[in-house]
Amino acid sequence: MSSPIFPDLIPVIPEILIAIFSMFLLILGVFLREKLAEPLIRYGSLITIFVAFIILIVLPEGEALTFGNSFINNEFCIYMKALVLISSAASILMAREFLHMHQMDRFEFYILILLAVLGMFMMISANDFIALYLGLELQSLSLYVLASFQRESTRSAEAGLKYFILGALASGLFLYGVTLIYGFTGNINFNFLYSFFGDPEFTVPIGVIVGLVLIIGALAFKISAAPFHMWAPDVYQGAPTPVTAFFSVAPKIAAIALIIRVMIVPFGNLGEQWQQIIIFISIASMVLGAFAAINQTNIKRLMAYSSIGHIGYALMGLAVAAGPITSYAKDGIQAMLVYITIYLFMSLGTFACILCMKRGDRMVEEISGLSGLSKNNPVMAGVLTVLMFSMAGIPPLAGFFGKLYIFQAAIQSGLVGLAVIGVLTSVVGAFYYLRIVKIIYFEDAEEKFDRPIAPELRGVLLVSGLFIVLFIFIPTPIISLAEVAALALFPG
Amino acid sequence: MSDFPWLSVVIFAPLIGALFITFIRGDEAVIARNTRGVALWTSIITFLISLGIWINFDVNKIGFQFEEKKYWIENLGLAYHLGVDGISVFFVILSTFLTVICILASWVTIRDRIKEYMIAFLVLETFMVGMFSSLDLVLFYVFFEGVLIPMFLIIGIWGGPRRNYASYKFFLYTLAGSVLMLLAIISMIMHSGTSDITKLLLYDFPVSMQPWLWLAFFASFAVKVPMWPVHTWLPDAHVEAPTAGSVILAGVLLKFGGYGFLRFSIPMLPIATADFVPFVFGLSVVAIIYTSLVALAQEDMKKLIAYSSVAHMGFVTMGCFSLNQQAVEGAVIQMLSHGVVSAALFLIVGVVYDRIHSRLIDDYGGLIKRMPLYSLVFMIFMMASIGMPGTSGFVGEFLVLIGTFKVNSWVALLGATGVILGAAYMLYLYRRVIFGELIKDNLKDILDLNKRELIIFAPLVLLVIVMGVYPVIFLDVMHNSVEQLINRYNSALAARDILNSVSKF
Repeated sequence: MSSPIFPDLIPVIPEILIAIFSMFLLILGVFLREKLAEPLIRYGSLITIFVAFIILIVLPEGEALTFGNSFINNEFCIYMKALVLISSAASILMAREFLHMHQMDRFEFYILILLAVLGMFMMISANDFIALYLGLELQSLSLYVLASFQRESTRSAEAGLKYFILGALASGLFLYGVTLIYGFTGNINFNFLYSFFGDPEFTVPIGVIVGLVLIIGALAFKISAAPFHMWAPDVYQGAPTPVTAFFSVAPKIAAIALIIRVMIVPFGNLGEQWQQIIIFISIASMVLGAFAAINQTNIKRLMAYSSIGHIGYALMGLAVAAGPITSYAKDGIQAMLVYITIYLFMSLGTFACILCMKRGDRMVEEISGLSGLSKNNPVMAGVLTVLMFSMAGIPPLAGFFGKLYIFQAAIQSGLVGLAVIGVLTSVVGAFYYLRIVKIIYFEDAEEKFDRPIAPELRGVLLVSGLFIVLFIFIPTPIISLAEVAALALFPG
Repeated sequence: MSDFPWLSVVIFAPLIGALFITFIRGDEAVIARNTRGVALWTSIITFLISLGIWINFDVNKIGFQFEEKKYWIENLGLAYHLGVDGISVFFVILSTFLTVICILASWVTIRDRIKEYMIAFLVLETFMVGMFSSLDLVLFYVFFEGVLIPMFLIIGIWGGPRRNYASYKFFLYTLAGSVLMLLAIISMIMHSGTSDITKLLLYDFPVSMQPWLWLAFFASFAVKVPMWPVHTWLPDAHVEAPTAGSVILAGVLLKFGGYGFLRFSIPMLPIATADFVPFVFGLSVVAIIYTSLVALAQEDMKKLIAYSSVAHMGFVTMGCFSLNQQAVEGAVIQMLSHGVVSAALFLIVGVVYDRIHSRLIDDYGGLIKRMPLYSLVFMIFMMASIGMPGTSGFVGEFLVLIGTFKVNSWVALLGATGVILGAAYMLYLYRRVIFGELIKDNLKDILDLNKRELIIFAPLVLLVIVMGVYPVIFLDVMHNSVEQLINRYNSALAARDILNSVSKF
């Protein structure tokens, strides 16, 4: 336990490091010439992420609480933070060429990403509602600015504004929910709330339920789950593509971590109350993600709906975790983590492909623009096809194993109806993923995309493609890491 | 027996060949030539290795042979577990054999994107062999479903004018069927605590659970077989697929369903099977009679053969669910025979399609005047399809009908009418295409089979006749496995009956 005067800083080293580095880089950027600042700070931020990743790995094992129990670090947090770092680094790498091409290569971009990462770290590690809110806002504010980073584009500005207004609304809901919880319990610490609700003599007052619903609503907004998804398609489409790529992974993962922690730790003993809500959100997201994507013509919009659908599947794991049996609950969270990890690679790979879609220095966002890709660039066509089949959950690709774990967890805990809806929507979802494959392979060639592809994009494509294809041969590392992470949530 | 990992080698050899093909560089002609060469040699070597499995197969041993087991996903208890018994060993060889035929058959017809084409076929071979030799439920599912990817691309890229529609229909139909099976597989693993097929074959699932599991498996296998009324994807897929695609589809992919019934539905869920026998009989009889009549009315040769496939597979389901030694052995022989015969018939259509670019029966007539060899080959396979004694088709249908007659003479009677209808549509097809006057101008200088085509057809003809004249070499191998299956089924039913009679008191 830390002394009351000076908190134990060891668990917080990655956060402190990112905070110091980002501020240092910001100051550096101000004093350097524009042309020099951008590459320097890009490398600087990559190094920051890399160092943070190393520190994260070597942090002492086990659970560590600090700052008066408002900050926690355990295997679960480390796992999720590592995913956030991987996706942020990939997003930075993928952004370079795009930013340069659109004269947006200003160094603030990388600083904003670093600050967002810092916010996400705080969200993941928060152990009371105030700390959580601080992290959430730091992240959100950075993201609002990132969404409107392409200043000349009205769409980008619209995306930023829309995201900001709806995001602020969600934050408001969240705070209101927290005040209700505080009012009825007198505390905001997660561990306190857990034991408070776990008291066998405790009967759930209606105010706590209302607070819980408001908090779930706000968190569902952050992970863009239906019916709180409305912002996602517009923001995905309007934001500059590298920002969309970033949005589709890092903040999603952080928000998933948040919703897992909030549901399992403070409200872990209220599973009966929130299970139905999560089941409803999960079904709504899967159905909406499958059906609404069918008619999309813009690939970024399509990806927005696709990610809504994937979140629906992931939430199935959380619905399982609401059950009373701890070992099943652990399996549910583990399945969710495996799913989200695989989703991360699929999403990054797909966005790397989208970033390659440009003709004569202009980005192509229409899905029909992919036609005949198999003739013009067979390698990229192959990777994108693999990614699409994986998203559809067809074995032997990685996406299948994500679904396998989720359905296994659902059936094990008796949520068979949910699993049946899940597999049926996955068939509908397969339809639009197949459409992309069809356009790539079955249709006549359009004009070629610009060559050569930037080396960073090629790297991301290669890594994600290999991950998806080879997962079947070496599934154990990710699965056992996810198991360790999930176990950390359920002490004892 | 040696420790040589026969099955793994057969599964992964085609993948290695496919990997080689991705690295082929050069100008177009070089790529095409090297790709064909690598693909052909890979498939031939794979086929020869798979013959080694048959040669080393111990006929007297009960249970699975050539077993290999490695841990795969430990916390779910999944393993990379392979093995074959007397039923599956033939399907492994059928897959490797037909892949060679397919690669030869697309030697000149496929010019566009040949690298992708050959890679798709080799990957497909991996999945097919893997699916027949998996002894782990999830591994089985991975291969079973994985087949969809290359097949979707084969139909969609190299198919006919309506290929989009056909490939979608194929993919979504089969996917919708098999996702339910996935859930059934998961619940079986959860309930029994193992995904090992050898253990599950002896596991008794609770009677209340069996019908649901059975139906989920049925949803998947019935689409694959295909059984009436979920057969409608098949004619579309066959008509639009390139010749080799049709060959592999009819030859191997349709066998997934029949194999699935024999491997999973019957031994693992025997009590539900007993309850659903009348249901399957009904669907099979409808399939045999109705689709035969539909075949009679077809104008498109490929469509006609596709419908005849549905009818022939009706015999397979009928045989599988008659559940006695003759019928089940007959069903397996019928599957093998259909695999060879329908594959050959699609190749036969492919031969004239390559020359005239039409599949309509009306565009042909009098081919015997220009193509005597072709007419001879066509006749042999037509007779095999009808079930003429001395060909493989006879053995299968005869055994199935005998076996079914023992169980239910009415079903056998109705099934037998299918044989007559089969003769009707095949002879009618043959007369219209081969006989008559040669009046069409574009047929006047059509060429007979060339050397490559003869090489393709020779082994098929040989196989059909060997299977017809001396089926014992096949029956002996499967005898033990089928017996074990029937015993398992009967003892499970007996156990239930005892339980029921006890509970009455």
